[in-house]
Amino acid sequence: MEFMVASGVAAMTAAGIYLILNLRTFTVVVGLALVTYATNLFLFTTGRLAVNQPDIISSLDAPHTDPIPQALVLTAIVISFAMTAIILVMAVRGYFESGDDHVDLLGPEEEVARERR
Amino acid sequence: MNHWLIMPILFPAVVAPLLALAVRKDILLARVFSVGSTVCLLLFGLLLMGMASDGTTRTYSLGNWPSPFGIVLVLDRLTAIMLVLTAVLGLCVLLYSITGCDRRGEHFHPLFQFQLMGLNGAFLTGDLFNLFVFFEILLIASYGLMVHGGGAARMRAGIQYVVINLIGSSIFLLAMGLIYGVTGTLNMADLAEKVPQTVKGDEALLYTGAVMLLVVFGLKSAIVPFQFWLPGTYANAAGPVAALFSIMTKVGAYSIIRVFTLMFGETAGTGAWFATSWLMPAAMITMVLGMIGVVAARSLGQQASFAALGSMGTLLIAVAGFTAATESAALYYMIHSTLGIAALFLIIDAVVIRRPGFGDELAPSPKIANVGLIGSMFFLAVIAVIGMPPLSGFVGKLLILDAVKSLYGWGLIWALILSTSLLGLIGFASSGSILFWKSGQAKGELQPIGPTPTALPMVAIGLLLVLLIFLTGAAGPVTAFLDATAAQLFEPHQYIEAVLRPVGVVTK
Repeated sequence: MEFMVASGVAAMTAAGIYLILNLRTFTVVVGLALVTYATNLFLFTTGRLAVNQPDIISSLDAPHTDPIPQALVLTAIVISFAMTAIILVMAVRGYFESGDDHVDLLGPEEEVARERR
Repeated sequence: MNHWLIMPILFPAVVAPLLALAVRKDILLARVFSVGSTVCLLLFGLLLMGMASDGTTRTYSLGNWPSPFGIVLVLDRLTAIMLVLTAVLGLCVLLYSITGCDRRGEHFHPLFQFQLMGLNGAFLTGDLFNLFVFFEILLIASYGLMVHGGGAARMRAGIQYVVINLIGSSIFLLAMGLIYGVTGTLNMADLAEKVPQTVKGDEALLYTGAVMLLVVFGLKSAIVPFQFWLPGTYANAAGPVAALFSIMTKVGAYSIIRVFTLMFGETAGTGAWFATSWLMPAAMITMVLGMIGVVAARSLGQQASFAALGSMGTLLIAVAGFTAATESAALYYMIHSTLGIAALFLIIDAVVIRRPGFGDELAPSPKIANVGLIGSMFFLAVIAVIGMPPLSGFVGKLLILDAVKSLYGWGLIWALILSTSLLGLIGFASSGSILFWKSGQAKGELQPIGPTPTALPMVAIGLLLVLLIFLTGAAGPVTAFLDATAAQLFEPHQYIEAVLRPVGVVTK
């Protein structure tokens, strides 16, 4: 169980970082989404993995799962959802304004070329 | 319970949606509301500063849940200083922008208020997770402000800025996960008590989390190797927005001071003050890189951005000393650098709108309108920013040089600070002479396109410069207050007691 979750987090982070290092905004956005998924999954496991246990603590000796990481991860999911929406909007605006979807800044030559168009 | 503590967060949180929904059509009304709200924030800040100056740490538990279970806001001297600084900067920038810049795009005023709300929240919060939440609030507002006015280059820079900060947010969450996994709490006061009790085997995890926190705060404050986003962002943002952003890097510095004196300070046992050895070299390289950038820059916006980078380096050198004297000097320099860099960006914006066709390029152009006034303001702001006598930058650097004398390797710090000041002087002297002297030789005068009001923008810039002069003249009382602030930071015991075991509250 631990191995599965850990390797899942690792695989998603690796794929996410690979995509973020790309030149085009679309892949960068997908990469960011993967990294935030991995982060949320990781955050979820910080209360230790417990399968089929209640998250209401009746007594500390009874088996239970830690409810706080679940609350934290809920907040993190909402925030990352909003952030993904923002960057998508900005990526689309950037595409329409500059005519391509590269992430690097415009150099002086590109500025000139764009003004000619 | 003292309800004033939540006002700096609650007030803009109410005003901002009102601005976005009710008065979005009427720019005049929006301006009145926005300025009114920022003036109120300044008054709240001053009131809270008055409260905090008696030296007690005040707390506010939301929903009256006892800490460490509930959300807690904490007010001490450091928080009060940051609140006042934010409000003062916000007011000056707002006064500058309400003459035209706020109409170049939509929703300037609501975003501005949300930005102030996020900043105030980050300064007031007493637990790590809410620090994350308020970081996100101030970032999401800053994304909107960053692309205010639009344009391809600005949009590109904006996308980079968002991507960098989203990665930063993920690292912040991972760091918190690690710290929560080891200690079982995210309340800063509670963490300060739990960190020394960490079992041997868990220390590696805990300190991995702590270093990741340092990485996130370093990313916000743009220290090497996370400085790449700053020049592109600041140089491409609208002038007033870049001026407001001069406090954004200080949020990172504030978080470093708060977290690493409280949680990983002298009480932390094996890991006490571990941040110094990471932060000090990074800060030195940042300062050198920033000032080299000032000499090498080919446009005014870039030059000011690199000056901001250099001043962050100087500030973080003082922060990384982690003694009461260096923290006090760092706080003085922080106030100075926020106001000085903001003034510089506003002046550059005033130059740019009067130079149609030339923009902020460092090339001789025909004379601009109001060249005398703007030139002398530029002169004053630059003297302050690079730390020449007689303005506050000089006092700030002197305080830092004096404070680091007790540190290991102070000779290197002295050599670097003094030589980079010289670099800054060379860079700004050349750009000032190109802009204001060589332009005098060309025939004719540039006419700005469209109306360019002078009165209010110049008052706003003048206000910032007057504050810098005040900071120099009143250096004695100001440093006395900052010494008391730093002393309070080095008594984490008081903070912890105030949060976890408040007087007058019976815990069952």
